[in-house]
Amino acid sequence: MATAAIHNPTATHHDEHHDHAHHHETFLTKYVFSQDHKMIAKQFLITGIVMGVIAMILSILFRIQLAYPDQSFPLFEVLLGKFAPEGRLDPNFYLSLVTIHGTIMVFFVLTAGLSGTFSNLLIPLQLGARDMASPFMNMLSYWFFFTASVIMLSTFFIESGPAGAGWTIYPPLSAVAKSMPGSGLGMTLWLVSMTLFVASSLIGGINYISTVLNMRTKGMDLWKMPLTIWSFFLTAIVGLLSFPVLVAAVVLLIFDRSFGTSFYLSDIYVAGQALPNEGGSPILWQHLFWFLGHPEVYIVLMPALGITSEVIATNARKPIFGYHAMVYSLIGITVLSFIVWGHHMFVTGMNPFLGGVFMITTLIIAVPSAVKTFNYLATLWKGNIRFTPAMLFAIGLVSFFISGGLTGIFLGNAALDINLHDTYFVVAHFHLVMGSAAIFGMLSGIYHWFPKMFGRLMNAKLGYLHFWLTFISAYLVFFPMHFMGLDGVPRRYYSFTEFESMNEWLSVNVFVTWAAILGAVAQVAFLWNFFYSIFFGEKSTQNPWESTTLEWTTPVERIHGNWPGEIPTIYRWPYDYSKPGHSTDFIPQTTPLSETMSSNMPHDFEGNEEAERIQEEWNAKNVNNTEEVK
Amino acid sequence: MNLKKYFNLKSLFTAFALVGLSLGQVMAQATEEAAKNEGLGKTVSYYILLFLLACVFIGIIGKVLQVYELTRKIQGKKSGIAWDKFNGAMFAAALILGLYGAYWSYAEHGSLILPESASEHGVAIDSMFNVTLIITTFVFVVTHIILFLFAYKYKHSKKRTAYYYPHNNTLEKYWTIIPAIALTVLVLMGFFIWRGITNIPKDQMASAIQIDVTAHQFAWDVRYAGKDNVNGRKNYKLIGSLNGLNNLGLDLSDNRNNDDLKVNEIVLPVNKSVRFTIGSQDVLHSFYMPHFRVQMNAVPGMPTFFQFTPKITTAEMQEKTNNPEFNYQLYCAKICGGSHYNMKFLVKVVSEKEYQEWLKEQKPIVTEEMKKEYQLALSKQNSVNNQIALNN
Ligand code: HEM
Ligand SMILES: [Cu+2]
Ligand SMILES: [Cu+2]
Repeated sequence: MATAAIHNPTATHHDEHHDHAHHHETFLTKYVFSQDHKMIAKQFLITGIVMGVIAMILSILFRIQLAYPDQSFPLFEVLLGKFAPEGRLDPNFYLSLVTIHGTIMVFFVLTAGLSGTFSNLLIPLQLGARDMASPFMNMLSYWFFFTASVIMLSTFFIESGPAGAGWTIYPPLSAVAKSMPGSGLGMTLWLVSMTLFVASSLIGGINYISTVLNMRTKGMDLWKMPLTIWSFFLTAIVGLLSFPVLVAAVVLLIFDRSFGTSFYLSDIYVAGQALPNEGGSPILWQHLFWFLGHPEVYIVLMPALGITSEVIATNARKPIFGYHAMVYSLIGITVLSFIVWGHHMFVTGMNPFLGGVFMITTLIIAVPSAVKTFNYLATLWKGNIRFTPAMLFAIGLVSFFISGGLTGIFLGNAALDINLHDTYFVVAHFHLVMGSAAIFGMLSGIYHWFPKMFGRLMNAKLGYLHFWLTFISAYLVFFPMHFMGLDGVPRRYYSFTEFESMNEWLSVNVFVTWAAILGAVAQVAFLWNFFYSIFFGEKSTQNPWESTTLEWTTPVERIHGNWPGEIPTIYRWPYDYSKPGHSTDFIPQTTPLSETMSSNMPHDFEGNEEAERIQEEWNAKNVNNTEEVK
Repeated sequence: MNLKKYFNLKSLFTAFALVGLSLGQVMAQATEEAAKNEGLGKTVSYYILLFLLACVFIGIIGKVLQVYELTRKIQGKKSGIAWDKFNGAMFAAALILGLYGAYWSYAEHGSLILPESASEHGVAIDSMFNVTLIITTFVFVVTHIILFLFAYKYKHSKKRTAYYYPHNNTLEKYWTIIPAIALTVLVLMGFFIWRGITNIPKDQMASAIQIDVTAHQFAWDVRYAGKDNVNGRKNYKLIGSLNGLNNLGLDLSDNRNNDDLKVNEIVLPVNKSVRFTIGSQDVLHSFYMPHFRVQMNAVPGMPTFFQFTPKITTAEMQEKTNNPEFNYQLYCAKICGGSHYNMKFLVKVVSEKEYQEWLKEQKPIVTEEMKKEYQLALSKQNSVNNQIALNN
């Protein structure tokens, strides 16, 4: 096999390398400019967590504004200075908060934090590779991301404040500096930061794809890959095809902002002056943005689904139901995600006929999503469920995915979207399906693979507390928002006080804000648990969850090159849990069929007649056992 | 790497000390300012204390649990608390409370949503909405019952092994095809309603009452088309011309502008089709009138349209909603800058007779002053032109 041939030389090289690795590893090369995929994964994770906490604090700030629009909070003025004169958020700064919250959460936490962590950690470990295809590019990917994060956050320290045109930065608002303070330097830096971010994503994505394609260990054919890897792989493909379009759009926007072009601008009169730009179209931006933007939401969700598949199978002690269907629905989502972007534009002035077409493609994408859900449910059926914190979060993901997916069916319907577009209904929809489901997938992955990253376990009881508080508060926050949307309350409103008809929602806003604060405080349990356990957590065993996949055959010490000796060979699919006839309730992928004669099933042989014959001989000799199997 | 020599423990500590010092300074500054804001320090420390107390409380509970489990273990009883049972039971509880909570939210918050549609096409949208709501609520409830009950029922037990059940093609076919059929039905319904709303025959377009809406930061300008039922041409380069009087950029060389009416509220006759032409002078806005199930973005450089027929007058709606203060509103629904949240415009639906009376009171948008300025500008231009002609 070609992969094996490519593989072995690197293997020996790394083995040598490992022997005297300790001599020339410095703090800098080990922890900062590391090229080890496991360390890079941890860098992504911790940066992602830090960014997530920051974005969460921003959301609490604007939630307080929504709950108490008439109240002054002197603390705000102390902390934010002129962004909160008299202790009340400035309306423009409110929009900046919303914008940066969304940008950080979608891109920095749920794209880089999620894919960056788990693709880096698990692709080599679960496929049996010493490292990524290009460790150097991998390191580069992190440092681009880090730089992008720093630039994004630095905009809080500039005079005119951070970008404020919403995370979708629709021009002309984002293009014309005079239209709002946030469209000045803050927006320039936003664009620079996002360009670096996309570079990071692309470098990472190319690496993931080439590693998956070329560096699988012996026996690991595509249909023996865990669903995590399938999802990371397809996610990387989606990213590779869609992110460049965002860069193109961003570059055009930079041109419009700084060099007088008119890609997105036409017929504009702002601040007492008619701009010379003619012939551009703001709709163009929306097409380009959502051509990335919609695939982006699946870039966020698919890794979470992959993690969930793995965690649910492991902890239900059952094979994932319909492995092939799971893969095909991921592929279906991958393909379809490129032809539904117009559902974000039903009422933005796009040709209404196109709206009809996008409605059809959008509702088709709900079918593979439904298949995945039902397969999760079937996996739980007659399982023997261990409620590790990871499992709780995985079940939480399924719940949020259902709820948020169902509201997508309303929004995907162009006729219904007329009245729902840009209301709180949309906010509720994507926070359930993305803000909650994908975050839960990420948290699930953190709890599950923490031992692989740090050699220790997180505290389970704090995990339970974290889960239940977060689960409940997320529903309390987002469920009522649907009804605000159904009452026609638009999103991104600084306050509801200007409209008589919205006053009835003020008390709901207070409720939602307190639920959000509860959810935020619950994250302290996680943060404490995470950072404390890195240093003082209970030491993990090699395979704490009794899992079948390859990463649990590596030593707890997490050495460079992953396996001390030869890389193990793969003999079976990753989901042999509770196989009848076997003595334990899991069979690692590295166990050959010849060692599990008592539990082999006809389909295990994949048409290998020789093996079938041997099995039949064995069966004939062990009649009792075969009867049990049947 | 010789970078190493820059990076030893000592310098690390100095760095920390520096950061610590500057943090301390910031904190000191904060407290100084806090002193200015009387009582602020107190409130903040109160909340921090509260939080720390909660942490200590949780820590104590954690320790108690730990000790309890340890003693159980020492006593040789099977290991401490059955956490799988606990979490399973929590899921059962979450199911019951969650379903009740969802029901409560449907009832409580559901009673606050928009009243019945005040437009004709909105009725179709609402019925489409109801069908979707019924289907999705059904799926929501059933799948959650399954999910949480499974979690409860199949919690871990040493006595059982899970059932090895990797796939079942028939089942998978069913749950691919059934959602596909349900979605096809929804798509078809939605598609025809959508086409019905957006695809209006030419003659009906022309015969509707024409209203032109211009959005800008942060207000709406509305004009009615007048007797000829055609709104005159605009040009953004003329905005602010005529000595600042021409704030819409009307092109006065187009005579159709002369009978257009400027209004301060949108008044619509009931059961008459109206066609809005929507535009923007600066950034995107969104023309959103939720009671009529109407939304369309206002895009600079590209007019957009929405045509519909109101069917419930304001007075009738006040009765229906039992709210004498009720009024239809126009909102902005697309983020457009600092005062996005405050772009309201009053909308009224009245009888035909009231409408005609109201219409009579409305003033032309092209005022006498504007006309004078325009003549002045024209004559100036003419004389310049003449001079040029003479010189040549
Ligand atoms: C059943 C599948 C889904 C359907 C039919 C669907 C449909 C839609 C539609 C039509 C919109 C536009 C609403 C509007 O702006 O008026 C929307 C918005 C959104 N959806 Fe979904 N969606 C689905 C699943 C997802 C998933 C899985 C994610 C992410 C993980 C997601 C994330 C988002 C986000 C972030 C937005 C809002 C973007 C914005 O305007 O800021 N959706 N969805
Ligand atoms: Cu989308
Ligand atoms: Cu607006």
